[in-house]
Amino acid sequence: MQKHIISALVVNRPGVLAHAAGLFSARGFNIDSLAVGETEQPEFSRMTIVIAGDEAILEQVRKQLDKLIDVVKVQDYSNVPHVERDLALIRVHTSVGRRSEILELVDIFRGRIVDVSRNDVMIELSGTEEKIEAMLDLLRPYGVREMVRTGRIALTRSARE
Amino acid sequence: MVRTGAKILVESLVEQGVEHVFGLPGGAVIALFDELYEAPFKIVLVRHEQGAGHMADGYARATGKVGVCIATSGPGATNLVTAIATAYMDSIPIVAITGQVKTHLIGNDAFQEADVTGITRPATKHNYLVKDARELGRIVREAFHVASTGRPGPVLIDLPGDVTAQEVEGEIDTAMQLPGYRPSAGGHVRQIQKAAEAINDSERPVLYVGGGVITSNASDELRELARKANTPVTTTLMGLGTFPETESLSLGMLGMHGTVYANYAVTNCDLLIAVGARFDDRVTGKLDGFAPHARIIHVDIDPASIGKNIEVEIPVVGDAKKILGDLVGLVEHRQREEWLGQIEKWKRDFPLSYGLDGDVVKPQAVIEEIYKVTDGKALICTDVGQHQMWAAQYYLYTEPRTMLTSGGLGTMGFGLPASIGAQFGRSDKLVFLITSDGSLQMNIQEMCTAAGNKLPIKIALLNNGYLGMVRQWQELFFNRRYSHTYLGDKNPDFGKLAEAYGATGILVERMDQVRPALERAMEIDDGPVLMDFHTAPEENVFPMVPTGHAIDRMFSGLA
Repeated sequence: MQKHIISALVVNRPGVLAHAAGLFSARGFNIDSLAVGETEQPEFSRMTIVIAGDEAILEQVRKQLDKLIDVVKVQDYSNVPHVERDLALIRVHTSVGRRSEILELVDIFRGRIVDVSRNDVMIELSGTEEKIEAMLDLLRPYGVREMVRTGRIALTRSARE
Repeated sequence: MVRTGAKILVESLVEQGVEHVFGLPGGAVIALFDELYEAPFKIVLVRHEQGAGHMADGYARATGKVGVCIATSGPGATNLVTAIATAYMDSIPIVAITGQVKTHLIGNDAFQEADVTGITRPATKHNYLVKDARELGRIVREAFHVASTGRPGPVLIDLPGDVTAQEVEGEIDTAMQLPGYRPSAGGHVRQIQKAAEAINDSERPVLYVGGGVITSNASDELRELARKANTPVTTTLMGLGTFPETESLSLGMLGMHGTVYANYAVTNCDLLIAVGARFDDRVTGKLDGFAPHARIIHVDIDPASIGKNIEVEIPVVGDAKKILGDLVGLVEHRQREEWLGQIEKWKRDFPLSYGLDGDVVKPQAVIEEIYKVTDGKALICTDVGQHQMWAAQYYLYTEPRTMLTSGGLGTMGFGLPASIGAQFGRSDKLVFLITSDGSLQMNIQEMCTAAGNKLPIKIALLNNGYLGMVRQWQELFFNRRYSHTYLGDKNPDFGKLAEAYGATGILVERMDQVRPALERAMEIDDGPVLMDFHTAPEENVFPMVPTGHAIDRMFSGLA
């Protein structure tokens, strides 16, 4: 099933997130990820929702979201040129002598070490979902102790002349 | 000038033209009710908050205006929830105002606290928790606007006790702030053109009309369109009254308990013109078998209703009144003799029918008598179940807003309070409640409200001693195992009960008593009359399409 990225501009009021989330559960839509944050205008927030489903389901999600009074605009980014990013913080076990291997990987993936202790390091990595998955695959043999991800966020690219 | 939140609320309700408010006081709304003591509109005191909600709903359905109800926090508010959900499913504009514990107590599990905006979120079009009285004027304006425009629905305003008491100085800007709310209006010109072309090209069209046509007050345009395009009309339960059922183009109701000819017409049509209807499962039956040979036009103000259950060739998003009006100008008159002849033949071959059985009171006969005695001009309210379907089948509706019923949610207990709200809204109308022993007992306390206000509502209680629709399914699909559907031996004497409330009770046990009872009831105009019709206990609603079957697979029950 195809994954879609839906971006919803919403009025920044209490209850909006609950309303959107409630809509997904009430109508049986399964969402992969949901990221919410303020936009350049503090009175609006942007929700980026990743959802898997066929065209009909996606159409309903889009229309039902648009019906919510506090939702200003809904866009499906699937067929629109856009930039998408996922941010992950990953704590990896570093046994003696293997830290440099990990540092090398972090370097290749253009990540950063943001915390170090005797037995582990915390890596910050941003990029597309595929990139983060690829990095994770390579880190697993060392022992991934903890991980958190933001879920995808996305914006459309500027229109080209 | 200093005003309290309660004062601002009352002023805002006056600004909205509110004439009736249905409610019940409680701890969190004492200050509000203190202000309501001198309000320039009528407060109708109910006996249970669910009653207040359905009254506001019945008022809105009967008048087209926004209905208003008020309840206290916690249990008062949760008692409203069924009524709010009922209005939501049928797209009825009501504004529900609930008290809430003081803002500093919210979230503390305070006495009579409930997360009412949380509880009602999936059953309201929108809701508000007011945290500052200075926002109240704006919020009330938004609430009425949101409730009554686009696809209407209930809006709830949760009002903490300290906000009602809060003193506010000076004038405040009450301009609406709804950047995300732009209900569709006109309908796309090209789509309307395409729809008109499809109608003109069609040999066997059918109009399938729902409650949206009533909401948008588009019955006149619908009638014009149907007559000009010479197209038969079938309505949903919610659409009854949009097209006169006395006209030959009327097919009556379609769906699970629709007429055979309506269902045959839909199954055999080459063009289905859906207007303000949402392809509900009770209408369509098995989706593959619904209008299988037809191109489909769908006119609806809610884009999310289009393409939800069935694929549509020509969607037209917008207000039915405007779109139907535009279509009238674009369609041509065509004879369609073959198609209309076929429909006439189906009507002759498969009329609605029931059998008589000596003295036994047949519920269908009671409804036919009500039709005759009211000259077809009553405002009918119903509860939910078998009597509701008979009321839909055997009374011929000719005007919109004359059949008030809980269609989507199917709320037993809706009828009595809805009829009270309707009578307050339309004091010029003869209001007839058709109910049953199961349904009536779910909000029977409102007999007190009806009698106390001397409302001349005629209550036809079709008392068969069963939760009849469930019993019918048990008979047909569960080997006649009547598990917990028999009420008869424990039912109260409803006539006496009515008398105890200060209403009139009339017992009817034989067919020959039906007409005299109705005639007597028609003469009583200083309070409610309850006619307790003891009807055939195991009468079934036919025709019937079993769930999951195509709608032309009906059985009539008659051997």
